[in-house]
Amino acid sequence: MTAAGRIALGAACAAILAFLFIPVAIILTYAFAASNIQSWPIAAFSLKWFPETWANGEVRAALGLSLEVAATATAIAVVLGTLAAMAVHRMRFFGREVVSFALVLPIALPGVLTGMALNSYFVFWGIDLSFWTIIIGHATFCLVIVYNNVIARLRRLPGSLVEASLDLGAGPWRSFRRITLPMIASAVGAGALLAFALSFDEVIVTTFTAGAQTTLPLWIFGAIRLGQRMPEVNVVVFAVIAITIIPVLLAQRLMGAAGRLHK
Amino acid sequence: MPATWFCACYLAALAALFVSAFRRVDTMTGEILPVWTLANFRILATDPVYRTVALRTIGIAAAVTITDAILAWPFAYAMARAVGPRLRAVLMALVMLPLWSSYLARVYAWRLILAHDGALNWALHAIGLPRASIGYSNWAMWIVFSYLWLPFMILPVFAALERIPDSVLEASGDLGARGATTLRRVLLPMALPGIVAGSIFTFSLTLGDYVTPMLVGGPGSDFIGNVVYASVGVSNNIPFAAAYAVLPLLVMAGYLLIARRLGAFEAL
Repeated sequence: MTAAGRIALGAACAAILAFLFIPVAIILTYAFAASNIQSWPIAAFSLKWFPETWANGEVRAALGLSLEVAATATAIAVVLGTLAAMAVHRMRFFGREVVSFALVLPIALPGVLTGMALNSYFVFWGIDLSFWTIIIGHATFCLVIVYNNVIARLRRLPGSLVEASLDLGAGPWRSFRRITLPMIASAVGAGALLAFALSFDEVIVTTFTAGAQTTLPLWIFGAIRLGQRMPEVNVVVFAVIAITIIPVLLAQRLMGAAGRLHK
Repeated sequence: MPATWFCACYLAALAALFVSAFRRVDTMTGEILPVWTLANFRILATDPVYRTVALRTIGIAAAVTITDAILAWPFAYAMARAVGPRLRAVLMALVMLPLWSSYLARVYAWRLILAHDGALNWALHAIGLPRASIGYSNWAMWIVFSYLWLPFMILPVFAALERIPDSVLEASGDLGARGATTLRRVLLPMALPGIVAGSIFTFSLTLGDYVTPMLVGGPGSDFIGNVVYASVGVSNNIPFAAAYAVLPLLVMAGYLLIARRLGAFEAL
């Protein structure tokens, strides 16, 4: 590539990174704005909205519910997603194609469709919307995240190791625990962290499955639409970004370490 | 066991969606009557409002997909072919971060940026340009959706470009092709499955959104999702909402079938 080409390419990449990150930087800055009118540039900075927001019982209840939902949904998704990946990986017939296609659907189909489908399903059976209906919705797409991570890892692993373990007299359970599990553990972990971040932040499906309950994203969404308590919204948004970024960074470390291991 | 969960919770729910699309609501009691009817679909087919909403949704989803494909290209190319492994890992992390960080927070950021006294107008004013009023419009939705789903396009395009062996490009050069010809005749066709894989996400995620139109769209920028949301939340007419939700389902089913043909599933 010519020098001019490289400079142009570098400039384009810098512009795209700026496009991706400037909005996030701006929204993080708003949390420290003293005024309760949202305008730019920010005239005065203050930390006063942080204790104010923490004192809001509604916000704390929503935070608690979101953490509970994310933890439960992730736990279910880890078990089912890992099992599904192992089952699909072992399948050798044409059903495998169909199953792997069906498993992409919850993330490939529009979210409003998943939400609407679950909603009409619950209504169909006369199930009242509750904590568990939120869980069912979240676990379904979290399962897909874990599944994708684990199956990608399984495809890269040589099957010969498990065969060797079986030949040496270990039972299937022991081979799983001593051979397969340690090799897929970081992929499962990364999938779990991403699923947690996704669930913590989900709003589109949740609206249809939450009924009268309020998760943190639903609280933010409601407050923005009503135009109320905007400084508190800024602080909550700051917190949500912080809470979702930690598991995402951890997941990347896990996957990065595993990537080096296999190369 | 996962299969049971998946069938019971997801596939059966999709089936329930289909069934309820053919039901109707008793206008007095608000209960869903166990009768079969095409009334919902008749309203959707005849009322021009719903046609406009559907065309707007699909049109913006297509525009966002094309925009992201163009924006993703130089970045994915640089990641795959122009930088060393260390910088590549950093760039990869930078693309993944916004992909997984709060969706709602990022939409809200744009609401503030595009607002009348937001950062965009401040920046325009600072460099001596007139104020823009793109907040609360279809333009705003186009920008915000393109922003939201860009990482979903970059990653598969990068994966596709990374897989192309150097020798293929060298062969193209040796056979006398210039950079532009190699790009058009070799790189683009080989990266196409990646672009299609990315477009599944950019297209589908835009198609099913209702939060972004509510927060940054103006009056008269409803999406299919907004009508569905209002039918469930406000008028409690689940059959009608379900009937309208069948439309993106059909659009996506067609899209996925075409994507499969183009080999996008191996590139996911």
